[in-house]
Amino acid sequence: MSSNGNSSMVTINLDGKEVDVPAGINIIEAAAIHGTEVPHYCYHPQLSVAGNCRMCLVEMGTPMRDRGTGEAILDKDGVQKIGWIPKPVIGCGTNVSPGMHVKTNSSMVTGSQEGIMEFLLVNHPLDCPICDQAGECRLQEFATDYGRGYSRYVERKNVKPKRTKLGPRVTLDDERCILCSRCIRFCQEVVDDDVLGFVDRGSFSTLTCFPGKELSNNYSLNTVDLCPVGALTSTDFRFKMRVWFLKESPSICTESSAGSNIVVSSREGEIYRITPRRNDSVNDSWMTDSGRELYKQVKSDDRIITPNIDGESSTLADAISSASELLKDKKLAIVGSCRSTVEEQYLLTKLARNSKGKKYLRGHFGDDDGILLASDRTPNLRGALATGFSAKYPSDQLSDLSRALSKGQFDTLLVMGEDILDSGVTRDDLKGVKVIYLGTHRNETSALANVLIPTLTSFEKTGSFINRTFRLQSFKQAVPGPAGLLPDLHILASLINSLLEEGEQSADLAQIWKQLSKPATSIFHKLGFSSIPSDGFQLDGKKWSELDFVEKKALHFSPANQLQEA
Amino acid sequence: MIKKNTPQERRIILKHADDPKYSNKIGCYLKNDGYSMLKKAFKMKPEEIGEEVMKSGVRGRGGAGFPAGMKWKFLDRKSGKPIYLICNADESEPGTFKDRQIMHKDPHQLIEGMMIAAYAIGAKQAFIYIRAEFFKGAHILEEAIAEAKEKNFCGDKILGSSYSCDLVVHRGAGAYICGEETGLIESLEGKRPNPRIKPPYFPAVLGLYQCPTIVNNVETLCNVKHVLEMGGEEFAKIGKPNNTGTRIWCVSGQVQKPGYYEFECGALTLGEMIYDVCGGLLPGRTLKAVIPGGSSSKILRADERFTGKLKDGSDFDWGIEDIPLDFDGPASVGSMSGSGGIIIMDDTVDMVEAMANINAFYAHESCGQCTPCREGSLWMKKITKRMCEGDARHEDADLLLSVANQIEGRTICAFGEAAAWPTQSFIAKFRDEFEQKAKNGNNKPSLQLI
Repeated sequence: MSSNGNSSMVTINLDGKEVDVPAGINIIEAAAIHGTEVPHYCYHPQLSVAGNCRMCLVEMGTPMRDRGTGEAILDKDGVQKIGWIPKPVIGCGTNVSPGMHVKTNSSMVTGSQEGIMEFLLVNHPLDCPICDQAGECRLQEFATDYGRGYSRYVERKNVKPKRTKLGPRVTLDDERCILCSRCIRFCQEVVDDDVLGFVDRGSFSTLTCFPGKELSNNYSLNTVDLCPVGALTSTDFRFKMRVWFLKESPSICTESSAGSNIVVSSREGEIYRITPRRNDSVNDSWMTDSGRELYKQVKSDDRIITPNIDGESSTLADAISSASELLKDKKLAIVGSCRSTVEEQYLLTKLARNSKGKKYLRGHFGDDDGILLASDRTPNLRGALATGFSAKYPSDQLSDLSRALSKGQFDTLLVMGEDILDSGVTRDDLKGVKVIYLGTHRNETSALANVLIPTLTSFEKTGSFINRTFRLQSFKQAVPGPAGLLPDLHILASLINSLLEEGEQSADLAQIWKQLSKPATSIFHKLGFSSIPSDGFQLDGKKWSELDFVEKKALHFSPANQLQEA
Repeated sequence: MIKKNTPQERRIILKHADDPKYSNKIGCYLKNDGYSMLKKAFKMKPEEIGEEVMKSGVRGRGGAGFPAGMKWKFLDRKSGKPIYLICNADESEPGTFKDRQIMHKDPHQLIEGMMIAAYAIGAKQAFIYIRAEFFKGAHILEEAIAEAKEKNFCGDKILGSSYSCDLVVHRGAGAYICGEETGLIESLEGKRPNPRIKPPYFPAVLGLYQCPTIVNNVETLCNVKHVLEMGGEEFAKIGKPNNTGTRIWCVSGQVQKPGYYEFECGALTLGEMIYDVCGGLLPGRTLKAVIPGGSSSKILRADERFTGKLKDGSDFDWGIEDIPLDFDGPASVGSMSGSGGIIIMDDTVDMVEAMANINAFYAHESCGQCTPCREGSLWMKKITKRMCEGDARHEDADLLLSVANQIEGRTICAFGEAAAWPTQSFIAKFRDEFEQKAKNGNNKPSLQLI
């Protein structure tokens, strides 16, 4: 029995060792906490338990009690006897209980694992040489770790469809499918879009879409990530790259304020795919399909890669110095962006202070899907609030700016990547106004900029965002930016320095964070960039709870105003 | 062996089944004192009925032989959720054809038994889940239910009481696995009949629509009526201790008079069944093997000696003909009485071909949900098929046994055992025939690895 004082912990015996584990978790999770792998295919921590792959079979026993009296049955040494279950049990469907004994490496268990591995491979096509999953395939890994290493199968293998298009983005190879049902459960339980199912029976069972349906929801590619084998493949990534060549960089999705944690996979500076990174406080293990497309902007045709002064190409240094000249002693307005990082917004705020520029901020909004695509389609609106760039909630129109411009209040405009011409500012407003544009992609505003300074996408720089739950999350550069370009922070620091009479603004992240975290009133107080945990840091957003945030209730998010009502 | 008189059937369930003057209409049933036990039940408290069933010791007739009264006691009554009663009429085990007789010939007996059981467990709704192939049975039951409703034996305010319980016939779509109770429940819910994992989905707690549910076999539910008629203690005197009541044995295979026979449990031996009741083997044949409880039970070899200790501690030393026909007899010789389907095989049977036939069935019927059963059953089928086609290898017997061992005990439901036991027992008892196939049958070019 557990003698642990903490009621939320229980003591179990794992392979002969007494260990403490949280109550109510299953054997797979309990063993993982103590470094023991229980191999599994169908079990996923964020889906319901199916118990169908049988790979996680372990030997289990519980302390024996007399059925009538409930008293413990002791052996001759006075130790409570363990009633071992004669058959192996599934680790995924068996929750720990006080005093439970578990064997993960007995001959019964290894025999089961060898048997299951053999069964999974008898009708498997073994086309690893051309399979996208090779290198990150659970079948390969567990066959090596838990299989016998040879085959006794001499019969003909089953034949099934090899390239079924389940939807616009997912292609299915049914011969590779081990029928674990993760994809089916994901569509039912997470997306509430029940389109997948099995047809036929026994070994001829085949995964398919229901008649007249297709797997086209905005989360369909998660089924590819969930698939433990090479059955579900991304039509976009299919046959493009062997996964072992890919460099994996942790990053944050910039699609919306959900701030899904992602992994950017690249080779030689080119991104091949984006996949979700597990964070149980933010996105579980999921992300949107639309978010995975964002890497395509890196090499898109409308990317700005050359600096430009009055329509002529220039060097970056020249562009920065002409911008500095334009800033001096001018009636300046600065249009910031909710897509900039916390650090960039901080420097922009400082730039505004030193140049006496007036700050404007614009939001981008869309429909909320109730999962991981938030109404706020920018990654860092809350960063703009937290750094003090804006005190009020932005609208998607810049009508204040338009009004001020038409009254002739400004003669210079610094724009951070926003297309102000599609948000209420007219070309007439901009007559006689000098425009400095810092951005990654061409738009109507960049076309009329007097000074055009190319910046980097989130894949090419390092920084942090604050998501809809006020979670501070950092990301690192995944691929180098276009040749000759500098991170936005360097450009902003140069502009600030051109205005400063004494002292110097560093573009170094650690230095910027020293400044950010210095005021005792700052929500960043005592934080540093390198100390932001890989799963983010929860900030206290109470200060802004009065604001009317647009996000609706969604995965791991409840709107503050809704909470107050409740 | 001392020659005895031919054992006499004792028909309780099938009392009227083959009476030419008896029909399956309610008028005939009522004339034979039908529904009087339902009336009696409604004068009792539900718990009292459960107590009688418990005392009767009646064990489930579907295959596992679990005491019905005990099953009812496991019902979760604290949850406050509605309770459901389901009659498992998915009779699919090869070699079994008893429930069909009841439903075709005496449907009101089943309905009466079900309504007594429904009242006893407090069911809100009762279902008869009948296999797709029994379309005539389903039709007969539907007519009978309509008749019973008209007479207020089921439906709203039964017999003028405050208790209402509707009875619905649900036809399956043709899958053996729907006989597994949690697979049946899934199918009844309108889903693919993938059996559920236990724990947590024990039907008595989380059954149909996640509500407490009792699933009983047709014959078991009919017995409820007779338990009430005789009283639990009196019923328990039929047969032997722990093997109470009668059983309907379905004899098929190479005997003179195959068919269904109802006997008191333990009233006769397997030998008496074959030679006295069924008229013996076909002329000139000798007995080779018997499968005692439907195709999934382990095969017994005719020339085996079975020794060991019975549950009461006494020793036994039996030939195949001495095995008593009850629950415990076949179980004590390492097989089971299952659903009562006795399959007789004589010396003309090629055991490898018989094995191939059984394997083909289980490969076809595996739901495909969990790995060992899905892949193992088809693999065993492929091996035995190949052996029969003249491509046997000397290692095939061991391979078959190993595959079966890799299935047994590792699956979600008991189908794994059902698929593995035949192979395990065929290899154990008739290994010589499997090896012989490799010695004399190899007239094909050697296999190509594919």
